[in-house]
Amino acid sequence: MILLPDPAHGLDLYREMLRIRRFEERCVELYSQALIRGFMHLYIGEEAVAVGVLATLTPDDNVVATYREHGHALARGIPANSIMAEMFGKVEGCSGGRGGSMHLFDAGARFYGGNAIVGGGLPVAVGLALADRMQGRPAVTVCFFGEGAVAEGEFHESINLAALWDLPVVFCCENNRYAMGTSLERSESDVDLTAKAASYEVPALTVDGMDVFAVEAAARGAVGAARDGGPQFLELQTYRFRAHSMYDPERYREKSEVDAWRARDPLTLCEQRLRDLGAFDDATRDRLEAAVAGEIEAAIAFAEAGTLEPVADLTRHVYRDAAP
Amino acid sequence: MTAPGETTYREAMRAAIRDALARDPHVFVMGEDIGRYGGCFAVTLGLLEEFGPERVRDTPLSESAFVGAGIGAALGGMRPIVEIMTVNFSLLALDQIMNNAATLQHMSGGQLHVPLVIRMTTGAGRQLAAQHSHSLDGWYAHIPGIKVLTPATIEDARGMLAPALADPDPVLIFEHGGLYNATGPLADPPPVVDIVHAAVRRPGTDVTLVTYGGTLPTTVAAADALAGRGVDAEVIDLRVLRPLDDATVIDSVRRTHRVVIVDEGWRSGSISAEISARIMEQAFFDLDAPVARVCSAEVPIPYARHLEEAALPSVAGIVAAAEEVITAGG
Repeated sequence: MILLPDPAHGLDLYREMLRIRRFEERCVELYSQALIRGFMHLYIGEEAVAVGVLATLTPDDNVVATYREHGHALARGIPANSIMAEMFGKVEGCSGGRGGSMHLFDAGARFYGGNAIVGGGLPVAVGLALADRMQGRPAVTVCFFGEGAVAEGEFHESINLAALWDLPVVFCCENNRYAMGTSLERSESDVDLTAKAASYEVPALTVDGMDVFAVEAAARGAVGAARDGGPQFLELQTYRFRAHSMYDPERYREKSEVDAWRARDPLTLCEQRLRDLGAFDDATRDRLEAAVAGEIEAAIAFAEAGTLEPVADLTRHVYRDAAP
Repeated sequence: MTAPGETTYREAMRAAIRDALARDPHVFVMGEDIGRYGGCFAVTLGLLEEFGPERVRDTPLSESAFVGAGIGAALGGMRPIVEIMTVNFSLLALDQIMNNAATLQHMSGGQLHVPLVIRMTTGAGRQLAAQHSHSLDGWYAHIPGIKVLTPATIEDARGMLAPALADPDPVLIFEHGGLYNATGPLADPPPVVDIVHAAVRRPGTDVTLVTYGGTLPTTVAAADALAGRGVDAEVIDLRVLRPLDDATVIDSVRRTHRVVIVDEGWRSGSISAEISARIMEQAFFDLDAPVARVCSAEVPIPYARHLEEAALPSVAGIVAAAEEVITAGG
């Protein structure tokens, strides 16, 4: 049972999701103008997951994300300016232009990527949690990964190790039903991912990942339980409205399926809930849209005005002591 | 300063780990069977009893998870020493070593660094066949972002861990399985060593023998044999395969004008190929003969003793190669 949301907080969640949605829509345009290059994976449709989960963390907690992480980076509070500058490959980017869309980092925000090897971030998350426990810090590490990662050995090794050592990791499985073009049914002998996690003696929940309030409530419980105890697992059932990346012809799914999920757009669901509470009207939306658009256009201007790192610095950051 | 005593390579490495655990509460060790079992090669024997299960952590057989956990723990302020049983098993963790440990600093624009030490056994010579015997030390040295150490002496087994732990970058230490029972004197306190320079283990004037790791004793034995034939060979122990101290090699080649590289790795695409190329680039006109190489045969290491011996660099093979470069030089 989800309690009625606090209207002001509900509006905050809505605004965060809107920031991600509009940010990425502009990224598509910038990509088609060749201002952003490389692989770029859009989070549109999945915004409720990052926003709901990250709303429950403190600044001392750690976040490990995937290559589809613009939303997590924004929701974690990394400025849109530095994310956009990173997409433009500029020095002012949150990874100094060395990472790009798939490798957003921010040490200050304890945001550890931006990992583009499916499953590769999970062992690192276990280690971050181990370091916190060994040093007596009360932090939690939240690790996002797609359902495709459940087919990787690193998922099973990592959740087992976290359970064995009772480490404060919240494993957040973003089940958007497709590992690139391979559906869950074509990839798992048993599609019940929550049951798989539970088999490692890890408390595991299936959550409606399109409902930001449901996500936040589940995450609050899981983060609290991890902080005081061991690992937790959330399967956040969601859907990516856009193609896997900018090169995906989408031959593997029906338009009717996409339309059915679009009918449960997390922004629409959140807006409707807030309207029911009397906390949202057209003027609210206009105000939020204007504020978000202003932020994003400013970020683009910031990125365009950014500087390219001199080629003479090419080999910096390979070894710590080699940096000038 | 007490009188030097005899110790083994294994005991020297254990003493280094014990020392690190005692000095810094951020240091801990983890790996398969390192605690209760005492270590597959008994390097960590007794450390569990001394430091407890928090700091001497037995892991499941999950190389990727515990190497990745080492990376995460290093990011979180710890100084982990991860033991991988053999270099062949490290391939199960190659994603973490290559895609995370070696890249995180660069991908993050210098924000993150991974002060992680990974120790593993390498090399052949014990009839362990094709999944426990390979020498991939040079292969790992291909990767920018990590450092590769190959302690070949008692002193380096004792001394290289401390600077590796003090290093802000990920460091891989390759311990040749054939060296664990090697004995020799070790001063007390042990000498401080660096992880930067190659070492001239035996000075000589007629030919330079370049090697590292498990083939150092073989190469020194070859130099002794050559001395009996009137050839004064210089032996260089590379010690560090990345970053490579080519200056020490080039300096020697400029004096001897002849060089044989001894490498337990396979010849094709090997560290010996890299060294040969650097000699060509930097000292071509100092050479009196083409660079020669003695490497492992290009075959998965076989079980049968005589076949394994035939696959590996030998004293006779090194002596023959050295005599050939001397003859070729006129």
